[in-house]
Amino acid sequence: MAEIIDGGGGGGGGKHQKKRAKKSKPSMDMTPMVDLAFLLLTFFILATTLSKPKTMEIIYPKDEKEKDKKTKVADELATTLLLGKHSKEIFYYFGVFKPDSTTLFQTDFSKDGFRKLMLDKNKRINDQVTALKGKLESQEIDEASYKAAYGKIVGDSLAPFCVVKTVEGTKYRNVVNAIDELNIVNVKKRAIMDMGESEAIAVRQKSADLGLNKDE
Amino acid sequence: MPKVKLPKGSPSLDMTPMVDLGFLLVTFFILTAKFRPTEPVQVTIPASHSEIILPEKTLLVTIDKDGRVFFDLSGKEVRAEMLRRVVSRYGNVKLTEDQVNRFAVMATFGQPLERIGQYLDGDEKKRAQMDAMPDAGIPCDSLNNQLKDWILDGYASYINDAIAHGISEEELRKNDKLRLSYAIKADGDTDYDKVQKVINVFRDQQIFQFNMITSLESEAPAVN
Repeated sequence: MAEIIDGGGGGGGGKHQKKRAKKSKPSMDMTPMVDLAFLLLTFFILATTLSKPKTMEIIYPKDEKEKDKKTKVADELATTLLLGKHSKEIFYYFGVFKPDSTTLFQTDFSKDGFRKLMLDKNKRINDQVTALKGKLESQEIDEASYKAAYGKIVGDSLAPFCVVKTVEGTKYRNVVNAIDELNIVNVKKRAIMDMGESEAIAVRQKSADLGLNKDE
Repeated sequence: MPKVKLPKGSPSLDMTPMVDLGFLLVTFFILTAKFRPTEPVQVTIPASHSEIILPEKTLLVTIDKDGRVFFDLSGKEVRAEMLRRVVSRYGNVKLTEDQVNRFAVMATFGQPLERIGQYLDGDEKKRAQMDAMPDAGIPCDSLNNQLKDWILDGYASYINDAIAHGISEEELRKNDKLRLSYAIKADGDTDYDKVQKVINVFRDQQIFQFNMITSLESEAPAVN
């Protein structure tokens, strides 16, 4: 500092007070108390999980009839995901299943697996969603109209849809993963149903070819 | 240059702010901590990227690896009323007032109704033993569908309790925070058809929306 103001009324008073305080200050050893406080602090930090459990919302169709309606949608928009018993038995095909000509492709739930595939397939919808999200972030639209517009985009009659088919013994984890991936790629038109017999045979055949059944 | 003179005595540091902060944090953690009730089953939930937080008012159905079904609905009065309602459907089960009160303060449970009296009378060790039995869990077959009764009576008791607390039916339907939601917590290794079976019980009751409890993908699957 350039100048130090020395003395003055305040300084004098301080000197006076300091002297008095020194006389009357009771001293107590606070160390054990502080130790205990930090012990408690550590305990509670370690014992608490602040986060509430996260959930994934799934809406099931009202009745079986609704499933039949879906088959009327254009075939080229359909992707079917077949989940077998083994956790690596994840196959997909496009369009309608024909026992003789349809080939199954193996995929997985990593970043470059099923997600990439569906991102490409659902590109038109995803681009619209990205544009919409940008609008929300720049506060052009509010949360409510975002939700409404989002619902409209993903519910488009030409939006691709996905059917997840399971067999007896498919692990719940795989189904959750599948739905999770579909959520990420904004495919909201989807259904979960049982696998048909011919598809199940194809899955068994394919996984035998790939040797997936052996390592379990 | 003159040397800096160090004070001879022990260096003193004002610890007051640190201690203040320490106690503030202790108070915060004590107040926010909630004891987790002992759960009869260990379930390893699968991970997902979903960040939706579980709603406050939930009717929770837990399904373990072997497909055994457990049920939970919180609220002391709600539980007592629910149990009385369910029991009244089955003529052969009689519970004492004491047993009902004990049930009211419990959490997740999964026993067929025929054994519930025995379960409530048992101590913690006995209960753990009963929970470990392979035939524990609420029956939800088409012949003996007790899960349906628990869902129906749980819902009815929840609504009655809310109305008794001065919440109108209108509010219950519209307010997302008050509406009862249905959560399913299943082990990642559960067979999906077992989960499907439970979901079908809900669907028979005209309930179509579910919250599947998952952990966040970035972290290792938590044992919960």
